[in-house]
Amino acid sequence: MDLSFIWQPTLTHYLVLGAILFAISVIGIFLNRRNVILMLMAIELMLLAVNLNFIAFSHYLNDPAGQVFVFFILTVAAAESAIGLAILVLLFRTVRSIDVEDLATLKH
Amino acid sequence: MNIQPVVFYVFAAVLVFAALRVISSSNPVHPALWLVLSFFSAAGIWLLLQAQFLAIALVLVYVGAVMVLFLFVVMMLDVNFAKMREQFKSYIPVGATVGILILVEMTLVLLGGYFAPATGTAPAAAAAGYSNTRALGLLLYTDYAYPFEIAAVILLVAIIAAIALTHRAPRTSKRQDPAAQVKVRRGDRLRVLDMPAEKNEG
Repeated sequence: MDLSFIWQPTLTHYLVLGAILFAISVIGIFLNRRNVILMLMAIELMLLAVNLNFIAFSHYLNDPAGQVFVFFILTVAAAESAIGLAILVLLFRTVRSIDVEDLATLKH
Repeated sequence: MNIQPVVFYVFAAVLVFAALRVISSSNPVHPALWLVLSFFSAAGIWLLLQAQFLAIALVLVYVGAVMVLFLFVVMMLDVNFAKMREQFKSYIPVGATVGILILVEMTLVLLGGYFAPATGTAPAAAAAGYSNTRALGLLLYTDYAYPFEIAAVILLVAIIAAIALTHRAPRTSKRQDPAAQVKVRRGDRLRVLDMPAEKNEG
């Protein structure tokens, strides 16, 4: 019996890898929900998982349009992290902390 | 023997391990470095998928620019990571539950062979002379020219926003400060001197 379909990477393998990566970053957001920097890094990982799916589909469906979308996602992700880190620096200057617990001032 | 599965599994294992280290490091700098490793492994997997241009773009733009930015910020800010990890363990149950649920659901959908019939087999290797960058460029500057320009505007907005947020050079231009104008009191502007009108003689 030929079992090479389990071993040989197919579209499903890439998609499952993307799913694992996405789940890891969701767990990361839960675990580090007080640390803004690590939350930003987890978001970057999520975007990487999404890009992996796009590229896998683009390859297996033989359609380069998927790669164009990865290009746009990379652009938006770079803009997002630049602005996010700028806000983070501003935040640290004001409150001397990046702990999410210290930012709940609107609550009180 | 086909080397492709070996490469895939090695890169995938490194990618998953690095991602796990990103979310579980206690040091401020290590997560950024592990994230660099995961981007590198992802670029390797993208090469396997014949997305050469994006693999290089990921390494150059992400590792070269975005992660350096992250490292800059991490090193510039004096952040106490240990204090923020005090409740790390108490979040593990809920985080693991949600993450494993997501993973199981996605895997159930994917392993059901939903995508298998149409796309189970890898496409044939590209013909000689095929250029991934050329194909991408042909699409980007024709069908996707308008989204491409929007992406450029988004980058411009990001530049302006990042500079406007963090810039704090001394302001030399003359400008009005309405708050200061409203707050001003008579005493700040006007000083009444008690001065005799003429010289007192005698």
